[in-house]
Amino acid sequence: MALEVNGVSIETDEEGFLVNLSDWTPEAAVELAKGESIDLTDSHWEVINFLREYYDEYQIAPAVRVLTKAIGKKLGPDKGNSKYLYDLFPYGPGKQACKIAGLPKPTGCI
Amino acid sequence: MAAREFEVPKLTGEIKVPALQEGTMAGVKGFIANEKIQEALGYPGELVEDWHDKAIGKMGELLGKYRSLQVFMDACVHCGACTDKCHYYLGTSDPKNMPVARQELMRQVYRRHFTFAGKYFPKLVGAKDLTKEVLDDWYSYYYQCSECRRCSVYCPYGIDTAEITMAGREILDSVGIGQKYSNEILGKLQRIGNNLGLPGPAIINTLEGLEEDVLDDTGVPVKFPLDVKGAEVLLITPSADFFSEPHVESLIGYAKVFHAAGISWTLSSQAAEAGNFGLFIGSYENTRKAAMRIRDAALDLGCKRIVVGECGHAWRVAYSFWNTMIGVGDGAEDEFGKKLQAQLDHNYPQPAHICEVTHDLLTRGVIKVDKSKNDDRVITFHDSCNVSRASRMGDTPGGQFTIPREVIKMVANNYQEMAPGTTHEATFCCGGGGGLLTDDLMEVRVKGAQPRMEAYKEVVDNNKVNFLALICAICKAQFTKVLPYYGYDMSMVGGVHQLVSTAIELPGLGEGPAEAEAEVAGDE
Repeated sequence: MALEVNGVSIETDEEGFLVNLSDWTPEAAVELAKGESIDLTDSHWEVINFLREYYDEYQIAPAVRVLTKAIGKKLGPDKGNSKYLYDLFPYGPGKQACKIAGLPKPTGCI
Repeated sequence: MAAREFEVPKLTGEIKVPALQEGTMAGVKGFIANEKIQEALGYPGELVEDWHDKAIGKMGELLGKYRSLQVFMDACVHCGACTDKCHYYLGTSDPKNMPVARQELMRQVYRRHFTFAGKYFPKLVGAKDLTKEVLDDWYSYYYQCSECRRCSVYCPYGIDTAEITMAGREILDSVGIGQKYSNEILGKLQRIGNNLGLPGPAIINTLEGLEEDVLDDTGVPVKFPLDVKGAEVLLITPSADFFSEPHVESLIGYAKVFHAAGISWTLSSQAAEAGNFGLFIGSYENTRKAAMRIRDAALDLGCKRIVVGECGHAWRVAYSFWNTMIGVGDGAEDEFGKKLQAQLDHNYPQPAHICEVTHDLLTRGVIKVDKSKNDDRVITFHDSCNVSRASRMGDTPGGQFTIPREVIKMVANNYQEMAPGTTHEATFCCGGGGGLLTDDLMEVRVKGAQPRMEAYKEVVDNNKVNFLALICAICKAQFTKVLPYYGYDMSMVGGVHQLVSTAIELPGLGEGPAEAEAEVAGDE
């Protein structure tokens, strides 16, 4: 499968996750979000940027709790909960937000 | 390739046997593992050219190696006792999801190649060649079985479809057809040390965060130790406990139990995984390799006790295989297995389930609870398939049923049982076990959960149940995802140790470990 971004074709897997993480660009995120029927707002970008920073440091997406806590610290306690994140990414902050942020899909018993 | 749309079954609160609808699930297939995933586990990267002969050869090898498989191929008399016992048949109406039909997918080929009548008079005995079509059916339907073994309880010959499914999957892997979900995860376990692929620094970061959270919540500095040499207990728990909700709530519960009891414990970054998907794909070699990490960690850290967290199939592997496989328990014959056996303290069960540990501490009064803290919950307990039908806890028959229930009742006031015939050894699988917990099999998962959901609806409607207590990471993830399809909120799902965590009283700063006091009291 492939994703078209500015006329360039980017390889994705069966589930639409990027095969090469280095292919990610903010424009690619916009395209990936379209596939999920999400219009990216500043609130989405805050989460996406945090995910990418965390991944750079730890080579894995943050645990749901780590994510909610970090968002809460940064953006205020009213946003540090999974409801806020599910409102932004209805299919799950972990899987859907990771896809748009260009991270590999977290899989396991989750 | 997006998964197809499907209709969610309507719940009635009653489990009914559906009329047959042939082929309804034939098109449902999970993603196939790519070359990289397959080769990392020692399997061919894609379907090999001489797949037919290879598959038959592998079947012959397995029939020779596992006498159970040979017996299961020969023993079925088509009595039909199993036909309405599988949750996937009950939820999908597809006759190939009847256990006897699932077995028949392999048995027809077995007859053709391994029996006299089938070799010479195939049509008379229902023997079939292994065609590409049959192989495709294997991939479809051996990944619509969660290896939960409910059917085997009702089979008068004790035929265990799970073992046939495992053999089917192993044959498929050996000719290059693997399932992406299971095999990718098994690869991560072997490469990084856990199913999620959490590197050490990520685990440290997560555990530090949990220490902060618990301190904020309770004012007590409960520790989440990692790689501590000389700790008494090595806790082996599913990596989902570090990562996911509601799993992490149980991890907090285990930590509070050890803290309150004054037991020194540690997690291991090298063995930060209880789960062992080698079992799911029927691969002894991969199961053993995954289990070895735990032996290595236990030897490195010098622990005296090995305790397993809330993970269903892990407990099966731990309880039934770790003894001879890695030396946790009795019977290992290799040098390192014997060394571990000598290192462990056999005054305790080895391995021990976390529910056994907590049950013992509660019973002896070493840890104290305030049950009323759980008063907003009306709880029911879902027996996990692998714990119920492939293991035990404690030292009395049926301990795997009574111990988790007694733990719940010791920490909470409101408990309700689901209908008989859906619990204990007759429990229905959550629908996501055995390697099916993946988005590409969502239809199988949702429909397969129907029987459990019917029983759950009944206690929600009649007994005001609002909490489904679990002791398995897969069950937790499956129900969190599937409950909303049936109109229930995902926050109804949680772990038994989440309940313990809510009710437990933590000795404050400066107080001595409770264990020593209780033992003195016990000696009087």
